[in-house]
Amino acid sequence: MRATRLGLTFRRGRRLLPIVALVLLIGLFAGCGAPQSTTEIAGDYNDAVWGPYRMVLILAGVVFVVVLVLTLGFSIWFRERPGRVAQQIHGNTRLEVIWTLIPVAIVAMIAIPTFDALFKISDDPPADALKIEAIGHQWWFEFRYLDDNGETILTTANELHLPEGRAAAVALRTEDVIHSFWVPAIAGKVDMVPGHDNNITFTPTKARPEPYLGQCAELCGLSHANMRFRVFVHAPDDFDSWLEDQQQEAATPTGDLAAQGEEIFLQSACIGCHTVRGTSAQGVIGPDLTHVGSRTTIASGVLENNAANLERWIHNSVDVKPGSKMPPQGASAGGALTDDQIEAISAYLLSLR
Amino acid sequence: MATVAGTLARPANVGVWSWVTTVDHKRIGVLYGITAFSFLLWGGVQALLIRTQLAVPNGTVIDAERFNQLFTMHALTMIFLAVMPLGAAFFNFLTPLMIGARDVAFPRLNALSYWVYLGGGLLLTSSFFWDAPSAGWFNYTPLSNETYTADMGIDFYVVGLLILGTSSLMAALNFCVTIINMRAPGLTMMRLPVFVWMTLIISFLLVLALPPLTVGLIQLLFDRNWETNFFVAEQGGDPILWQHLFWVFGHPEVYILILPAMGIVSEVLPVFSRKPLFGYPAVVFAGVAIAFLGWAVWAHHMFTTGMGTVPRTVFAANTMVIAVPTGIKIFNWIGTLYGGSIRFNTAMLFSVAFIVTFTIGGISGVMHASPPVDSQHQDSYFVVAHIHYVLFGGAVMGIFSGIYYWFPKMTGRFLGEGLGKMHFWLMFIGLNMTFFPMHFLGLAGMPRRIYTYDQGLDWGFWNMFATIGSFVIGISIIVFVWNFFRSMQQPKTAPDNPWDAATLEWATSSPPPEHDFDVVPTVRARDPLWHDRDHNIERPEPTGEHIHMPPPSYYPILMASGVLLMGLGPLSHLALTALGAVVVVYSIWGWALEPTD
Repeated sequence: MRATRLGLTFRRGRRLLPIVALVLLIGLFAGCGAPQSTTEIAGDYNDAVWGPYRMVLILAGVVFVVVLVLTLGFSIWFRERPGRVAQQIHGNTRLEVIWTLIPVAIVAMIAIPTFDALFKISDDPPADALKIEAIGHQWWFEFRYLDDNGETILTTANELHLPEGRAAAVALRTEDVIHSFWVPAIAGKVDMVPGHDNNITFTPTKARPEPYLGQCAELCGLSHANMRFRVFVHAPDDFDSWLEDQQQEAATPTGDLAAQGEEIFLQSACIGCHTVRGTSAQGVIGPDLTHVGSRTTIASGVLENNAANLERWIHNSVDVKPGSKMPPQGASAGGALTDDQIEAISAYLLSLR
Repeated sequence: MATVAGTLARPANVGVWSWVTTVDHKRIGVLYGITAFSFLLWGGVQALLIRTQLAVPNGTVIDAERFNQLFTMHALTMIFLAVMPLGAAFFNFLTPLMIGARDVAFPRLNALSYWVYLGGGLLLTSSFFWDAPSAGWFNYTPLSNETYTADMGIDFYVVGLLILGTSSLMAALNFCVTIINMRAPGLTMMRLPVFVWMTLIISFLLVLALPPLTVGLIQLLFDRNWETNFFVAEQGGDPILWQHLFWVFGHPEVYILILPAMGIVSEVLPVFSRKPLFGYPAVVFAGVAIAFLGWAVWAHHMFTTGMGTVPRTVFAANTMVIAVPTGIKIFNWIGTLYGGSIRFNTAMLFSVAFIVTFTIGGISGVMHASPPVDSQHQDSYFVVAHIHYVLFGGAVMGIFSGIYYWFPKMTGRFLGEGLGKMHFWLMFIGLNMTFFPMHFLGLAGMPRRIYTYDQGLDWGFWNMFATIGSFVIGISIIVFVWNFFRSMQQPKTAPDNPWDAATLEWATSSPPPEHDFDVVPTVRARDPLWHDRDHNIERPEPTGEHIHMPPPSYYPILMASGVLLMGLGPLSHLALTALGAVVVVYSIWGWALEPTD
């Protein structure tokens, strides 16, 4: 009686199977299409990763189907029926040897491409690699472009620009806790650990106008979720002109409001933490703002870069990013700036292109 | 009953005090079970809060601070307060019965383990009233240093885990001694029930795994409170040291959580297939091999920390090798089904489903054994899917199978089969709805431990799907609790061996008397009751001789309160630690001089 009821369930289950398979396919597809997907391949590192990954996925699928079919099949076939007597089998050495050897073979099939890929992604950077230092802060990324002598030629934040086809040798450092540098489409992650000189080398392979999304992948405190960054991959020439532009000192504001904003900015607490090259603002605690107007986002990828969001951020950054180290500046949030002053500052910052 | 001056007399064995002072392994098992299940419910509530916050992009149900506390406490609650002690509930209740003994080797120590666990669990949980730990269950430095997490949450973590570790260590030593020394005549090691084998294996794992964690916790406590610098990079320490100490414990811990479930399934599958376990020696040796290899893989949790290529190669190879004994177990379970005459009741459904759901977790484990693949999986939702298929699809499914299977032995009553099946199907569907989509989210680049995510990332659909699934699991648990209370109101109708099972616990009444067996059984084969059944060997009549059982004692709970006081010291005033030490020393003295009857 019980067995029959269960049999019914299994039959219903069989009808459900195509639906389940469909859902799985849609899921995989969704995984591929997402903007921060690991399955899109836009760098040699991720390309190397997908060598063993494809092999592992296929073998995993095969093993799962075999286990599922055997378990379900035996459960249905050998269920209690009138007249059935269980066979008193204690084991079968030959079979057991076989299913010891099968996992050994599977593991070998995974191990070989794994080690191949592992050595590929761990190679030393080529001599002509672009040298970059990425520094994790609670909760934003600082990026420094270095010359061949290791001197900083440009400091920027949260948006990393790279040329297509040239290796980027990124030294990973942290100012405080452990963070992890991850741009899924281009490369797997490597942690930024205090006291450890970690690095990652990868070559972006697909220039495009839209950014590749990255995110901190190691729990780093209250706003771990809000520690995002973007990678823009340019054609080599475009990259060179971007780098040249960014190395310029800050532009002198043109409009009245922006000019007024600069004045307020330089007299306020802002300069204690931020640098705007070419002005008296030389703070080094927060992101360099020399060309902040040219960035697409603020607050490490959390807000789109526009006047309203800048005002909101300056007024009370903790409201956007819990735990933010930037104290609230708006008067109503306990700071020293009026709404008009904040409006002027944000106009100034947007003019810094 | 002569009492030495200044010590306490043995308490009477009645009423509430009989539970507080009990040293009976079955009662201690029940206490473990009820306490751990309560913590399981609380951990489940935490999980539902987490899932509610993540159901939609930019959720506003829970703020960042509370969210970090919730996922930290969810892991700590489920691992240390629910799943580990549920395993302990089974091996406390069952081990002596399954080896034909009348109690464990050290009954008072067994009670002490429970009370220390209860104290540690309450202390850790009470942190919600002050500051709950928020740096993840792995609690990496420097985030967990005083500089970056100044509140008391991390101190609760350190002290809570130190106390819980003490409890586990005592229980583990107790069960090593019990299983090796107290087996019934004829019960050789290769006739031990697989569940008992797994208990022995995890006992050894615990004895060896807890010391490195303890060392790390004490170093962290000193770093935080007394200005040492074991993990402080700027002062010559190394945060990676913490990761090594934690994972040398943390990886064997995974096997400590899963092996009891593997043992349960290895008991349930043969009984309801009505045939012996396929390849018993292979299943046992595979368990030993998993435990042994489990010591050589910890650094696969650290593939992305900047380890060199050679260590990554070695740890990857070791990790992949674990797939071999695990595969052996899975195929032997499937082999057990083959040729059987399978009775599908709730216990069996959970065990059969375990094979499939655990396999999913096992397979994804092999996937991130590959360091390049892991560089994408690490700290993403793919790993969240993986650990939940191992710990929920594996450990929890196995535990529920065990609850349905041994409920008649423990209570003399059956759990309702109709509600049981409803519980099973809801839980099975809910678990797959919740955790399978997390693979997709991981592939789509969603990191773990984020309290919010943006609209534009295409993570919304599967997160909502997973949240709905988690509430289906919640409903299944309500069905189980309802079933439990309804069943407890039924008369005690369970016979000694309702399932026609093969192991010794079914050779005594349901529930068993305090002394377990009227006559200590003699074992003649691997599946003793089936052997005796097939050879028409009757159970011997009781001879009526006096059976000496250990009387109850005040000292376990007294000493446990001393241990708790010692732990409260670093959280408040060190004078409490001194006071606690006095209580512990007094308890040891009284314990040693306690009269034996």
